Amino acid sequence: MYKYVIRRILIFIPMLFFLTVIVFILAKSAPGDPFSTMLDPNVDQQVFEERREALGLNDSLPVQYVRWISSVIQGDFGQSLVYNGREVSELINDRFMNTIYLGLVALFFTLIVAIPIGIYSAKNPYSPLDYFATGFGFLGLAIPNFFFGLIAIYVFAIHLGWFPAQGTVSNPNISGFQEFLDRIHHMILPGITLGLAGTATYMRYMRSEVLDVLGSDYVRTAKAKGMTDRNVLYKHTLRNALIPIITLMGFEFGVLVSGAVITEQVFNYPGLGTLFIDSTINRDYPVVMALCLIFGAFILVGNLLADIFYSVVDPRIRYD
Amino acid sequence: MTNDTVLEVKNLKTYFFLDDNKVAKAVDGVDFSVRRGETVALVGESGSGKSITSLSIMQLINRPGRIVDGAVHFNGKNLLDMSDKQMASIRGNDIAMIFQEPMTALNPVFTIGNQIIEVLRKHKKMTKKQARKRAIELLKMVGFPRAEETVDEYPHQLSGGMRQRAMIAIAISCEPKLLIADEPTTALDVTIQSQILDLMMEMKEKFNMSLVLITHDLGVVAEYADRVMVMYGGQIVETSDKRTLFKHPKHPYTNGLLESLPSVDKEEERLGMIKGIVPPAHNFPKGCRFSSRCPKVMKKCFESNPELEEIEFEHSVRCYLYTDTDKEANHDSSQTKERSKS
Repeated sequence: MYKYVIRRILIFIPMLFFLTVIVFILAKSAPGDPFSTMLDPNVDQQVFEERREALGLNDSLPVQYVRWISSVIQGDFGQSLVYNGREVSELINDRFMNTIYLGLVALFFTLIVAIPIGIYSAKNPYSPLDYFATGFGFLGLAIPNFFFGLIAIYVFAIHLGWFPAQGTVSNPNISGFQEFLDRIHHMILPGITLGLAGTATYMRYMRSEVLDVLGSDYVRTAKAKGMTDRNVLYKHTLRNALIPIITLMGFEFGVLVSGAVITEQVFNYPGLGTLFIDSTINRDYPVVMALCLIFGAFILVGNLLADIFYSVVDPRIRYD
Repeated sequence: MTNDTVLEVKNLKTYFFLDDNKVAKAVDGVDFSVRRGETVALVGESGSGKSITSLSIMQLINRPGRIVDGAVHFNGKNLLDMSDKQMASIRGNDIAMIFQEPMTALNPVFTIGNQIIEVLRKHKKMTKKQARKRAIELLKMVGFPRAEETVDEYPHQLSGGMRQRAMIAIAISCEPKLLIADEPTTALDVTIQSQILDLMMEMKEKFNMSLVLITHDLGVVAEYADRVMVMYGGQIVETSDKRTLFKHPKHPYTNGLLESLPSVDKEEERLGMIKGIVPPAHNFPKGCRFSSRCPKVMKKCFESNPELEEIEFEHSVRCYLYTDTDKEANHDSSQTKERSKS
């Protein structure tokens, strides 16, 4: 098993390398350079050339890449072109955990809703709750994030006043447990919005997987051994039904971070998503590059974690 | 029911209620009994209701199937009257089952040991340590040379034959009184088949179990069974001891099965066969269920289904050829010819 994990991590490294190359090439192939927006166009072309030369923008692409990647490895993503030249790493640091928390809340919501309902639907197919869950599932998949978010704000924040409509904390002076509760309170609406599509997907997956496994030969064997319904469901069925769910969660891990772009915008939530949109609109290339790299890395890490979890759950993957 | 009887199935009916209001009568009035230490073979083609009979005894019938009538007496108690909990304490403990597909019958994500230990812990209330020790003993008993290692291995690390041995170890773990083996060797290589069957017989002797052996392989029946029941269309059409059945088969279906068995002694160029296929269980012919394929069909056979009647000591058959007194008068030769042409 350790061999498998180590091999899987070794594969992860070249993938990360290709990701940086792609991000770099994409950023380089975007039209213009920092000076096209930073400097007054009336400045002499000669000055432009001198600055380009001094910043190394006239070097060959591989040379520029190596220079960029060696500073990225040291955690230096350069300076933002917009936010008064602040360090990109500092900008990201400020918001990084906000996005992670939001992603975790969304994932938590997704799992505690989707898995029990999925199991129930499989145990009682074509029951009223199963039909309701199916209906909810299609609705959840069909409603776009931003639309659901707006409705949620309208109903729960404006009309009912149960949850705040935006931000992360209502009062910057509170701290400790109170602050924690306040942050959770702020994350519920965006968390549900972000997790909605995932909930629907997981629910459907869970239902069909459990239904599938319940009809399998080894579940029949377990019943023939005199195992109780509980044991058959929670031991023999669930472990097998969760295997495809793990794949899904691997993808979800990346999507929760990068997919928060729209949800964060709707709730004006200061995470990486809002930063991404702002910096794209402002052509803040260093920030965009750093974020693309982070989003991409998250998807890779998600897949890595999924593969490792796989090998924990399914012994067939450990040995090959 | 004598003291000697372990299992007695009476008028068992298991129907499947299909979507379009069709009812598939997969098992339709089956009666039989199994004595202590006896091996009873249940023979028939695919779709004849053998497996559903065995699953009905275990009450492992899934929707849309349902046991609609009958009784299954085991040690004098009707299993069909029992609660789910009582039934669960009998499954795996007093009655154990071995299935056809060793490749899929074991749970892929748990070790062999785990799957034996959970049975012992459930029924014998053993501690983890005791159960593990017993699991290793059982694995040795069914022929795993490296049982101490196998106990921690996963099903995918074993071959088909070895998995079936592991299944046998699970089945005998609680020393059941009755073992039901549903085509236990169908999915295995021919060379492995006899090893597995020999092992089952050995365990049967060792623990003084009764065995219900479901198979479509008459060769297996000839070698291992004491008594044989031939099933067709969800009903038993002939039952007798093995010797009588092979020497003096009565039912045309049994005859057909025996003729389609290759034999080194036979001189014929071609093997015999039974024309047509088993009719679907939701659409049996009105009269005798074998009438659409029977070479000796009579007019009466299309009108009503004969009863299973004992014609000699412990030899029963469901056919008008033997139970009907005025069979000659009814014989309709033109219809027979027509059938055999089509």
